[in-house]
Amino acid sequence: MLPELSREEILRYSRHLLIPEVGLEGQRKLKAASVLIIGTGGLGSPVALYLAAAGVGHLGLVDYDVVDQSNLQRQIVHGTGMVSRLKVDSARIRLLDLNPDIQVNTFNEPFTSANAMRIAEPFDIIVDGTDNFPTRYLINDLCVLTGKPNVYGAIYRFEGQASVFYAKEGPCYRCLFPEPPPPGLVPSCADAGVLGVLPGTIGTIQTTEAIKFLLGIGSSLVGRLLLYDALEMSFEYVNLKKNPDCKVCGSHPEVTTLIDYNEFCGVAGLDHGQASAAKEWDITAGELSARLQSGKHLRLIDVREPHELAISHIDGADNIPLGLLAARLKELDSAQEIVLFCKTGTRSTRALEILMSAGFRKVKNLKGGINAWATEVDRSLPIY
Amino acid sequence: MPILKIPAPLRSYVNGQAEVPVSGVNVGEVVESLLVQFPAMRPHLTNSRAELRPFVNLFLGKMNILDLQGLDTPLSKDDILMLVPSIAGG
Repeated sequence: MLPELSREEILRYSRHLLIPEVGLEGQRKLKAASVLIIGTGGLGSPVALYLAAAGVGHLGLVDYDVVDQSNLQRQIVHGTGMVSRLKVDSARIRLLDLNPDIQVNTFNEPFTSANAMRIAEPFDIIVDGTDNFPTRYLINDLCVLTGKPNVYGAIYRFEGQASVFYAKEGPCYRCLFPEPPPPGLVPSCADAGVLGVLPGTIGTIQTTEAIKFLLGIGSSLVGRLLLYDALEMSFEYVNLKKNPDCKVCGSHPEVTTLIDYNEFCGVAGLDHGQASAAKEWDITAGELSARLQSGKHLRLIDVREPHELAISHIDGADNIPLGLLAARLKELDSAQEIVLFCKTGTRSTRALEILMSAGFRKVKNLKGGINAWATEVDRSLPIY
Repeated sequence: MPILKIPAPLRSYVNGQAEVPVSGVNVGEVVESLLVQFPAMRPHLTNSRAELRPFVNLFLGKMNILDLQGLDTPLSKDDILMLVPSIAGG
């Protein structure tokens, strides 16, 4: 039995009610529906806003982060006044202002194998708005095991992907990507940057797919992967097939319960961007400053991209971008002590691994990168 | 000569190019041709047995080469191969 719409709701949703594919019954379906949004960041923001505006009756928001100034360039559900507040609280306030007729439940906790089943249980659809591989594989396996659709989106700089992974009718995420890349191989938005409007485009495509699924209309992205390039303004589709040997949705699945996804992705704890092996090679900004002041001769290698040097730089550092490091090893002397740094320490951890595997041993990684240097040593530098 | 379209996360390994002309009569030859030109790409595409890594997908038109003949999939000179990366940003 679908819920009735009030007079106020009929007016609010009048533009939906005029569309024959939605109509009164469709709007009542949306009111009865529930969607869980994992992540209230770049993708989660437009997803949550448009699902709330569309009148989806029950939204769940999962995030354990707080709003940061650097989020506001793209995470449009949050405002400047919400900086330092919990993201789920910030989003909930905005969504209920947009539409007080809906129910918003918040989960201020990491989405893990321990809580995923409990959190997801009441929801019809899961929307993947996360920023890391372990949670993406967790969401996929959860959706396969519980029979829920996984509305997928992912972004990088100017490019995005979207699909609906619904194992009852088509392939799952693991059919396309059976295993994740090694940690650090694919840069995150925090390291590589992202065009602020890009998650808006991909997030609204995810929202469109969620609404179509709830209404049972149109042709879904099940079995298709949408590839969007904002620079070229191109949309391309490729076909996805179910992998009969898929370890979670194949005919003889090996994964029949949720596993340790940090271990599966080779990631330590919640620090998704940093390989655990690197810790012992870390040097803090304070330690580096003291060693430089003592006259210790160090070679400082900045592995960021050249355009980042205009934002901040450390005097005396040489720039060898991470992508070129392997080809420029001859410029480095393994007998000399080398300190690698980037923006936050993620790319320099990867650089350290490259040097170590090339036989370098006198190598350190500036913990927290130049942003930590800007916080602890040279406060004239901006943090970005 | 077939064209290999390179997604943004991997362009720094091919001098920033979005498309690379590559010689070869099948997918395997084209991949090897790319890796000879740009050795820094090797760890991103293939393992030590020269197989495509599990997070790398190559599409010929709308079809995954794994649903065709894999690395043996024949190519003509006008074919466009597209590399679809695993990305996680959100």
